[in-house]
Amino acid sequence: MSSGRTVTALPGALHSEGEGVRRGPGEVRLSVEQASYAYSVGERRAPLFTLEATSFQARQREVVAILGPNASGKSTLLRLISGAIQPLSGRVQLDGFETSQLEPRTRAQRIAVVQQESPLLFPARAWEYVLQGRHPYGRTLRFETPEDVAIVENALAQVGAGELRDRWMDRVSGGEKQRVILARALAQQPLLLLLDEPTLHLDIGAQVELLQRLRRLAEENRYTAIVVTHELNLAAEFADQVVLLHRGKCLRVGPPAAVYSRELLEQVFEAPLEVGTGPAGRPRVNIRGERTETAG
Amino acid sequence: MRPLTFRRLLLICSMLAVVLLAVVILALKLGAVPISVTDLVLSLGRVAIGRSDQLPSEYRLIVFELRLPRILLGILVGAALSVSGAGFQALLRNPLADPYVLGVSSGAALGAIASLIASPHIPLLTPVAAFAGAALTIAAVYFLGRREGQLDGGTLLLAGIITASFLSAVIMFLMTTLSGRDLRGMAFWLMGDLSTPLAPGLLWIFVVVLGVAAGAIYTTAADLNLLLTGESEAMHLGVHVTRVKLVVYLAASILTGMAVSVSGAIGYVGLLVPHVMRLLFGSDYRVLIPTAALGGAIVIVLADTLARTIVPPTELPVGAMTAMAGAPVFIYLLRRRLQ
Repeated sequence: MSSGRTVTALPGALHSEGEGVRRGPGEVRLSVEQASYAYSVGERRAPLFTLEATSFQARQREVVAILGPNASGKSTLLRLISGAIQPLSGRVQLDGFETSQLEPRTRAQRIAVVQQESPLLFPARAWEYVLQGRHPYGRTLRFETPEDVAIVENALAQVGAGELRDRWMDRVSGGEKQRVILARALAQQPLLLLLDEPTLHLDIGAQVELLQRLRRLAEENRYTAIVVTHELNLAAEFADQVVLLHRGKCLRVGPPAAVYSRELLEQVFEAPLEVGTGPAGRPRVNIRGERTETAG
Repeated sequence: MRPLTFRRLLLICSMLAVVLLAVVILALKLGAVPISVTDLVLSLGRVAIGRSDQLPSEYRLIVFELRLPRILLGILVGAALSVSGAGFQALLRNPLADPYVLGVSSGAALGAIASLIASPHIPLLTPVAAFAGAALTIAAVYFLGRREGQLDGGTLLLAGIITASFLSAVIMFLMTTLSGRDLRGMAFWLMGDLSTPLAPGLLWIFVVVLGVAAGAIYTTAADLNLLLTGESEAMHLGVHVTRVKLVVYLAASILTGMAVSVSGAIGYVGLLVPHVMRLLFGSDYRVLIPTAALGGAIVIVLADTLARTIVPPTELPVGAMTAMAGAPVFIYLLRRRLQ
């Protein structure tokens, strides 16, 4: 199967579906069925945190936002999807395979995770960092092939970071670093792209840029992208589906317009909010101020 | 963008091998009885063509029965300590990890001493006991060095340094109360020293063990590069984290135990050498492991030659030389990390 998948990240080698078909129904790629999890200190102790049974499905080319305030279970759900932890009950399946049961190498060929950044112990250049994404495809001690190099170049180009190639990772800005980390995930040529708070330390321009890019990449390379975030408006603008979590409970799943209601969001985020409609017809959330200005 | 190629790796390693050869010749030449390089090359040539009987007997004694075995031991010990240092640095995700600093060498020394006290006449018991001491110590340091389930750099180093000083105290206690027995000197176990020759049979066993253990670590070299960026990231990039950690943990403990059982606790080589090699050739473990092995051999042979010749006719323990060079480097690295 790897030979068939090798081409998916290379533009120009995309499967040619009708140009007009922007987003067909597509097959279900990720299916989370009644998956739950509990963290506890010991076997007999009461769990410290519980994620109650959660279900949703994602198709290829879809961008799904896992939305909720801090400590709502977003990262736990993401770890369940990534296969890092095994659900206590229920199932998480990627193309019919239980993600937590896959061998690490196979899993890394299908699922790429962009985590909140971790510091590097030894300096590395951007290309070395992106080359790490080819690790699941190499055998023990294999040296990188020209094909790996081409995929790395391509991944950097796809995130608009071609000029960062030879820069040191500790000498680039936050937004640039985030793009290189995304490029490493692309170099894994995954089916499923998971991002944990990717916009956390970015300014608004870099946030919008990143999410637009993600949208476009999901479209071009047929990724399914799952983004954990607490940014209500970014999720509304870029996600096809929103999974709304609150204190370990999945409250609602659906397109932003169906999930964003004032009562629900106020209850979840514990803030006075108002929900309007943006220019593209997507919901727009504002803070409801105490003093309403009436001046025109 | 220059990914590593096999040719470049081979080139770097042959360069270091040439340096090692030069250092070995230097070490054969220098000493209480100086020998000229021409004589050395001639006699080495005679041995190579199988006519060692034509050598003057005092040459044969000094060069082939005193200096060469000691150099070979130095090469083995230096390679073992450097590779295990590089392994511990990846395992603990701490660039300051080193078998000596973390107390692993002291643990191995204690294991070796205990086995010598219990039954001095079983041949391979000492290295095995040293391995057990090393493995137990690194496990203890690993668990003491965690804070809220996460490995914490500062806590880990403190735990290691305290463990080392505790184990050294136990060693001194044992050595003092059991002074009647023939256990080699205290300086041997605490500082390290290459003056005790190794039985030829044992030498070959150690060559094989070094090859297997260092080779086992080398098979995980690409995984170690990723492990250094964090366990969860490594896992998401396809590394079988528990398996890799187990291999490195066992192999690095074996290497430390083996080195300590024959040369005592020589310090800072495992810290110094991998760092110099990273500065010279980059931090890719596929290059670092073989260059650390060669570099460790070079450093130990050089340090031991210095220790033999710096204040003749007295011989310093080689560990004193490596500590004098290594401790300042440790401080420098620590300061740089804090900035």
